[in-house]
Amino acid sequence: MSQTIALPTRPALSAQVTSEPKWLRGVLIGIALLFLGAFLWLPLLAVFVEAFREGVSVYWQALADPDALAAVRLTLLAAAIAVPLNLVFGVAAAWAIAKFEFRGKSLLITLLDLPFSVSPVIAGLIYVLMFGLQGWFGPWLAEHHIRIVFAVPGIVLATIFVTFPFVARELIPLMQEQGVEEEEAALVLGASGWQTFWHVTLPNIRWGLLYGVILCNARAMGEFGAVSVVSGHIRGLTNTIPLHVEILYNEYNAASAFAVASLLAFLALVTLAAKSLIGRHLHGHH
Amino acid sequence: MFRQSSVLPGFNLALGFTVLYLSLIVLIPLSATFLKSATLSWDEFWSTVTAPRVLASYRLTFGASLVAALINAFFGLLVAWVLVRYDFVGKGIVDALVDLPFALPTAVAGITLATIYAKNGWVGHLFAPLGIKIAFTPLGVVIALTFIGLPFVVRTIQPILEDFPSEVEEAAVSLGASRWQTFRMVILPSIGPAVLTGFALAFARAIGEYGSVIFIAGNIPMVSEITPLLIITKLEQYDYAGATSIAVAMLVVSFALLLTINVLQAWSARVRPPAVQEIAGEPA
Repeated sequence: MSQTIALPTRPALSAQVTSEPKWLRGVLIGIALLFLGAFLWLPLLAVFVEAFREGVSVYWQALADPDALAAVRLTLLAAAIAVPLNLVFGVAAAWAIAKFEFRGKSLLITLLDLPFSVSPVIAGLIYVLMFGLQGWFGPWLAEHHIRIVFAVPGIVLATIFVTFPFVARELIPLMQEQGVEEEEAALVLGASGWQTFWHVTLPNIRWGLLYGVILCNARAMGEFGAVSVVSGHIRGLTNTIPLHVEILYNEYNAASAFAVASLLAFLALVTLAAKSLIGRHLHGHH
Repeated sequence: MFRQSSVLPGFNLALGFTVLYLSLIVLIPLSATFLKSATLSWDEFWSTVTAPRVLASYRLTFGASLVAALINAFFGLLVAWVLVRYDFVGKGIVDALVDLPFALPTAVAGITLATIYAKNGWVGHLFAPLGIKIAFTPLGVVIALTFIGLPFVVRTIQPILEDFPSEVEEAAVSLGASRWQTFRMVILPSIGPAVLTGFALAFARAIGEYGSVIFIAGNIPMVSEITPLLIITKLEQYDYAGATSIAVAMLVVSFALLLTINVLQAWSARVRPPAVQEIAGEPA
């Protein structure tokens, strides 16, 4: 009996000497929550309060506006192109980096992260310099009546740039941790390369892949700076949801601006929920 | 030898596609900025990037980013500490919401912060009687950059703090250290590099930030105009060379920060494992 009582005292004692007194814990939790409340939760709440400030009918009108619907369509289109491309790229990059040893690998990893360290404004600028009228390909494109900048292709390109590293970044550490034994076993047992990828690698990385795709999608739909530079801001034609929000806000149409913004805030909440659910799967997997 | 042999297939295809895509989307377009700015003479370039209005924008961008990153380093450490060490109701949701600034589009954050901190807004009206203006001043820029940078610090410190072995703290206590001494002399040195890395990440992000800042900044030349906005202003005036020159100046700083962060992360990884492995390796 005495032994069964003695055992649990050790963690209890440890928790006592390596934690703070109760009052201090309360104070620290209080300060942390106050800071988070003021800086994160208040703005989130404000989006929805401002969106409904002038009533539900104004809210629905703002969303049903043809320009708003056109912006939603363009945002969905840009994400529908950018996310799959960056997904394929992410898998290819992670396959090469995680499964093989080669020279220049760490340089390649650093270069993959470049888009995250570049200002979104510069991300837009580089495509103006390439495809704008004064740009490298500008004269040739003008001759052939192809518009990239201040048109939809430019928006898609800028979106691809800013969401470039998301999937690769999730997959590389995950695949490095998983090693190559399972794939080698499949190959030894006679599976082809593609079979090995589809039936061994892909099931192993599915949660990491989904995680990366969700983050990539959230940024693709919400990007503002880069898209703003290449868009040209033509209502109904080259406006994405964030750009439409900006226009409404600058026209002092705050209720409509927040109504449309609430769509993006809702997307953010869905993203966070999906992220924490998938995160649990990912950590359970290891 | 370029690479070690492996039985796995697809190396050439995967690496070839990776390098091609990276070049087309990122490397070639980025090099366009440097080549474009090379068409200017050094004097033209230098006078563009050191014009008084541009210098004022650097002061604001770097100053506000520094202050915001310092605020985040302090409160980010506190939030990470509370999330890892303590239990309280709703902790799961609080933890998930830390990533809000990553998930919430910057334009949405921008118009919301501008509304809250305007002189008749939820927070702004509390400070207006004291004569403190937040929106449309440099203070507003600091607020927006603090919002944007917080998750970088929390998410960098959190895993390091989770892995910190409690045996080390117990050892410190058994040698007579007070709780504060244990924190300052045992815990802080091993999470220090992570705090510094988070600080650098938040700072780097803040320097390039555009969407969340421009609505609350007021964008008054020489006072509350950030450098990325100046690039857009020059572009709208069809001053491509000017826009590109400022972009190059910013890129040089960004690349230097990227290198610094890589070094910090390597340091952080070096400081951590020995302490953990030595202790964890000992049979209990």
